[in-house]
Amino acid sequence: MSEIKKFMYVNRKAPYGTIYALESLEVVLIGAAFDQDVSLAFLDDGVFQLTKDQDTSGIGMKNFSPTYAALGDYDVTKIYVEKESLEERGLTLDDLQHLTYEDEDDDWAEKDSIRLVTREELARIMDEQDVLLSF
Amino acid sequence: MALEVNGKVIETDEEGYLANINDWTPEVAEAMAKADGVDLTENHWEVINFLREYYDEYQIAPAVRVLTKAIGKKLGKEKGNSKYLYELFPYGPAKQACKYAGLPKPTGCV
Repeated sequence: MSEIKKFMYVNRKAPYGTIYALESLEVVLIGAAFDQDVSLAFLDDGVFQLTKDQDTSGIGMKNFSPTYAALGDYDVTKIYVEKESLEERGLTLDDLQHLTYEDEDDDWAEKDSIRLVTREELARIMDEQDVLLSF
Repeated sequence: MALEVNGKVIETDEEGYLANINDWTPEVAEAMAKADGVDLTENHWEVINFLREYYDEYQIAPAVRVLTKAIGKKLGKEKGNSKYLYELFPYGPAKQACKYAGLPKPTGCV
Protein backbone atom coordinates (compact mmCIF):
# COMPACT_ATOMS: atom_id res chain seq x y z
CA MET A 1 0.00 0.00 0.00
CA SER A 2 2.63 2.51 1.02
CA GLU A 3 5.21 1.46 -1.53
CA ILE A 4 5.78 4.26 -4.01
CA LYS A 5 6.16 3.18 -7.61
CA LYS A 6 7.55 5.05 -10.53
CA PHE A 7 4.81 5.66 -13.09
CA MET A 8 5.53 7.11 -16.50
CA TYR A 9 2.82 8.16 -18.93
CA VAL A 10 4.15 8.00 -22.48
CA ASN A 11 2.45 10.29 -24.99
CA ARG A 12 3.17 9.66 -28.66
CA LYS A 13 0.16 10.97 -30.56
CA ALA A 14 -1.00 14.35 -31.84
CA PRO A 15 -3.42 16.13 -29.47
CA TYR A 16 -6.52 15.91 -31.66
CA GLY A 17 -7.82 13.38 -34.16
CA THR A 18 -7.76 10.62 -31.57
CA ILE A 19 -8.80 10.66 -27.93
CA TYR A 20 -5.45 9.37 -26.61
CA ALA A 21 -3.96 12.72 -25.54
CA LEU A 22 -7.03 13.83 -23.59
CA GLU A 23 -7.49 10.40 -22.02
CA SER A 24 -3.87 10.33 -20.93
CA LEU A 25 -4.16 13.77 -19.34
CA GLU A 26 -7.30 12.76 -17.45
CA VAL A 27 -5.72 9.56 -16.17
CA VAL A 28 -2.69 11.56 -15.01
CA LEU A 29 -4.90 14.00 -13.09
CA ILE A 30 -6.91 11.23 -11.49
CA GLY A 31 -3.83 9.13 -10.76
CA ALA A 32 -2.14 12.13 -9.12
CA ALA A 33 -4.36 11.54 -6.08
CA PHE A 34 -2.47 8.33 -5.28
CA ASP A 35 0.88 9.85 -4.30
CA GLN A 36 3.05 7.89 -6.70
CA ASP A 37 6.23 9.07 -8.40
CA VAL A 38 4.74 10.31 -11.66
CA SER A 39 6.41 11.53 -14.81
CA LEU A 40 5.22 12.25 -18.34
CA ALA A 41 7.09 11.70 -21.57
CA PHE A 42 6.26 13.39 -24.85
CA LEU A 43 7.78 11.98 -28.00
CA ASP A 44 6.96 11.41 -31.68
CA ASP A 45 3.83 13.46 -32.57
CA GLY A 46 3.10 13.62 -28.85
CA VAL A 47 5.32 16.71 -28.65
CA PHE A 48 2.53 18.62 -30.43
CA GLN A 49 0.36 18.17 -27.32
CA LEU A 50 2.46 20.76 -25.49
CA THR A 51 2.55 23.40 -28.23
CA LYS A 52 1.44 26.95 -27.44
CA ASP A 53 -1.52 28.79 -28.91
CA GLN A 54 -3.61 25.79 -29.89
CA ASP A 55 -6.86 26.76 -31.57
CA THR A 56 -9.53 24.09 -31.94
CA SER A 57 -12.35 26.34 -33.12
CA GLY A 58 -12.24 24.75 -36.59
CA ILE A 59 -12.58 21.15 -35.43
CA GLY A 60 -15.35 21.35 -32.86
CA MET A 61 -13.25 19.95 -30.00
CA LYS A 62 -12.48 21.49 -26.67
CA ASN A 63 -9.00 22.98 -26.49
CA PHE A 64 -7.70 21.16 -23.44
CA SER A 65 -4.11 22.40 -23.75
CA PRO A 66 -4.51 24.98 -20.91
CA THR A 67 -4.93 22.01 -18.56
CA TYR A 68 -1.25 21.02 -18.93
CA ALA A 69 -0.43 24.19 -16.99
CA ALA A 70 -2.36 22.77 -14.00
CA LEU A 71 -0.10 19.71 -13.74
CA GLY A 72 2.22 21.53 -11.34
CA ASP A 73 -0.73 22.03 -8.93
CA TYR A 74 -1.19 18.26 -9.02
CA ASP A 75 2.47 17.73 -8.08
CA VAL A 76 3.32 16.40 -11.52
CA THR A 77 6.69 18.04 -11.94
CA LYS A 78 8.67 15.81 -14.32
CA ILE A 79 7.74 16.31 -17.94
CA TYR A 80 10.27 14.83 -20.35
CA VAL A 81 10.29 16.01 -23.95
CA GLU A 82 12.39 14.12 -26.45
CA LYS A 83 14.83 16.37 -28.27
CA GLU A 84 14.95 14.37 -31.51
CA SER A 85 11.14 14.33 -31.82
CA LEU A 86 11.04 18.12 -31.53
CA GLU A 87 13.83 18.57 -34.07
CA GLU A 88 12.33 16.14 -36.57
CA ARG A 89 9.18 18.28 -36.54
CA GLY A 90 10.97 21.61 -36.85
CA LEU A 91 10.03 22.58 -33.29
CA THR A 92 12.06 24.00 -30.41
CA LEU A 93 11.30 24.43 -26.71
CA ASP A 94 10.10 27.95 -27.53
CA ASP A 95 7.16 26.46 -29.43
CA LEU A 96 5.98 24.69 -26.27
CA GLN A 97 4.09 26.03 -23.29
CA HIS A 98 6.21 27.16 -20.38
CA LEU A 99 5.17 24.69 -17.68
CA THR A 100 6.23 25.25 -14.09
CA TYR A 101 5.70 23.97 -10.57
CA GLU A 102 6.35 25.36 -7.12
CA ASP A 103 8.97 23.44 -5.19
CA GLU A 104 7.68 22.80 -1.68
CA ASP A 105 11.16 21.87 -0.47
CA ASP A 106 12.71 25.07 -1.78
CA ASP A 107 10.44 27.77 -0.31
CA TRP A 108 7.91 27.34 -3.13
CA ALA A 109 10.33 28.57 -5.77
CA GLU A 110 8.89 28.38 -9.28
CA LYS A 111 10.74 25.82 -11.38
CA ASP A 112 10.49 24.50 -14.92
CA SER A 113 8.66 21.19 -15.31
CA ILE A 114 9.80 20.46 -18.85
CA ARG A 115 13.11 18.61 -19.19
CA LEU A 116 14.54 18.25 -22.65
CA VAL A 117 16.16 14.83 -23.00
CA THR A 118 17.77 12.93 -25.85
CA ARG A 119 16.31 9.70 -27.17
CA GLU A 120 19.09 7.82 -25.42
CA GLU A 121 18.47 9.53 -22.06
CA LEU A 122 14.74 8.94 -22.33
CA ALA A 123 15.32 5.25 -23.01
CA ARG A 124 17.36 5.06 -19.84
CA ILE A 125 14.69 6.92 -17.80
CA MET A 126 12.02 4.57 -19.16
CA ASP A 127 14.12 1.65 -18.08
CA GLU A 128 14.04 2.91 -14.46
CA GLN A 129 10.23 2.93 -14.29
CA ASP A 130 8.06 0.39 -12.49
CA VAL A 131 5.06 1.11 -14.71
CA LEU A 132 4.85 2.55 -18.22
CA LEU A 133 1.47 3.58 -19.55
CA SER A 134 1.51 4.22 -23.27
CA PHE A 135 -1.00 6.52 -24.99
CA MET B 1 -33.35 17.46 -14.70
CA ALA B 2 -33.90 21.17 -14.97
CA LEU B 3 -33.72 24.25 -12.83
CA GLU B 4 -35.93 27.31 -13.16
CA VAL B 5 -34.27 30.68 -12.64
CA ASN B 6 -36.14 33.95 -13.27
CA GLY B 7 -38.66 32.08 -15.42
CA LYS B 8 -35.91 30.54 -17.57
CA VAL B 9 -35.52 26.76 -17.62
CA ILE B 10 -31.90 25.61 -17.32
CA GLU B 11 -30.83 22.04 -18.13
CA THR B 12 -28.82 20.08 -15.61
CA ASP B 13 -27.59 16.49 -15.47
CA GLU B 14 -28.95 13.89 -13.07
CA GLU B 15 -26.69 15.13 -10.27
CA GLY B 16 -27.64 18.77 -10.72
CA TYR B 17 -24.56 19.99 -12.60
CA LEU B 18 -25.24 22.42 -15.44
CA ALA B 19 -25.55 20.80 -18.86
CA ASN B 20 -24.13 23.95 -20.44
CA ILE B 21 -21.54 25.95 -18.56
CA ASN B 22 -22.56 29.11 -20.43
CA ASP B 23 -25.97 29.04 -18.74
CA TRP B 24 -24.37 30.10 -15.46
CA THR B 25 -25.26 33.35 -13.71
CA PRO B 26 -24.96 34.21 -10.01
CA GLU B 27 -28.73 33.68 -9.78
CA VAL B 28 -28.22 30.07 -10.94
CA ALA B 29 -25.85 29.50 -8.03
CA GLU B 30 -28.37 31.07 -5.63
CA ALA B 31 -31.16 28.85 -6.95
CA MET B 32 -29.05 25.67 -6.64
CA ALA B 33 -28.03 26.58 -3.09
CA LYS B 34 -31.60 27.37 -2.12
CA ALA B 35 -32.71 23.96 -3.36
CA ASP B 36 -30.08 22.43 -1.02
CA GLY B 37 -31.21 24.64 1.87
CA VAL B 38 -27.95 26.66 1.84
CA ASP B 39 -27.64 30.44 2.14
CA LEU B 40 -24.67 31.64 0.12
CA THR B 41 -22.44 33.96 2.14
CA GLU B 42 -19.43 36.04 1.17
CA ASN B 43 -17.25 33.05 2.17
CA HIS B 44 -19.12 30.73 -0.21
CA TRP B 45 -18.74 33.23 -3.03
CA GLU B 46 -14.98 33.47 -2.52
CA VAL B 47 -14.70 29.76 -3.23
CA ILE B 48 -17.21 29.78 -6.10
CA ASN B 49 -15.45 32.69 -7.78
CA PHE B 50 -12.09 31.05 -7.24
CA LEU B 51 -13.32 27.88 -8.97
CA ARG B 52 -14.68 29.83 -11.91
CA GLU B 53 -11.35 31.60 -12.34
CA TYR B 54 -9.47 28.30 -12.08
CA TYR B 55 -11.68 26.73 -14.72
CA ASP B 56 -11.31 29.73 -16.97
CA GLU B 57 -7.52 29.44 -16.81
CA TYR B 58 -7.02 25.65 -16.86
CA GLN B 59 -10.27 24.25 -18.33
CA ILE B 60 -10.72 21.84 -15.43
CA ALA B 61 -12.29 21.87 -12.01
CA PRO B 62 -9.49 21.22 -9.50
CA ALA B 63 -9.39 18.13 -7.31
CA VAL B 64 -10.18 18.89 -3.67
CA ARG B 65 -6.53 18.56 -2.60
CA VAL B 66 -5.51 21.09 -5.24
CA LEU B 67 -8.40 23.38 -4.33
CA THR B 68 -7.50 23.34 -0.64
CA LYS B 69 -3.88 24.21 -1.30
CA ALA B 70 -4.73 26.96 -3.77
CA ILE B 71 -7.39 28.53 -1.53
CA GLY B 72 -4.88 28.60 1.32
CA LYS B 73 -2.43 30.40 -0.88
CA LYS B 74 -4.93 32.90 -2.21
CA LEU B 75 -7.28 33.55 0.72
CA GLY B 76 -5.08 32.73 3.69
CA LYS B 77 -4.05 29.71 5.70
CA GLU B 78 -7.13 29.75 7.94
CA LYS B 79 -9.23 29.07 4.84
CA GLY B 80 -6.93 26.58 3.14
CA ASN B 81 -7.97 23.52 5.10
CA SER B 82 -10.62 20.91 4.58
CA LYS B 83 -12.43 21.70 7.86
CA TYR B 84 -13.18 25.25 6.73
CA LEU B 85 -14.19 24.14 3.23
CA TYR B 86 -16.36 21.26 4.46
CA GLU B 87 -18.18 23.63 6.84
CA LEU B 88 -19.05 25.83 3.89
CA PHE B 89 -19.84 22.94 1.55
CA PRO B 90 -20.84 19.91 3.61
CA TYR B 91 -21.50 17.75 0.53
CA GLY B 92 -17.82 18.03 -0.37
CA PRO B 93 -16.11 21.29 -1.30
CA ALA B 94 -15.10 20.26 -4.79
CA LYS B 95 -18.40 18.63 -5.69
CA GLN B 96 -20.85 21.07 -4.18
CA ALA B 97 -18.93 24.28 -4.85
CA CYS B 98 -18.26 23.23 -8.46
CA LYS B 99 -21.95 22.60 -8.94
CA TYR B 100 -22.86 26.09 -7.72
CA ALA B 101 -20.06 27.52 -9.89
CA GLY B 102 -21.62 25.88 -12.96
CA LEU B 103 -18.57 23.68 -13.60
CA PRO B 104 -18.52 19.99 -14.49
CA LYS B 105 -17.84 17.51 -11.69
CA PRO B 106 -14.11 17.63 -10.91
CA THR B 107 -11.77 15.26 -12.72
CA GLY B 108 -10.44 12.81 -10.17
CA CYS B 109 -13.41 13.13 -7.87
CA VAL B 110 -13.46 9.58 -6.53
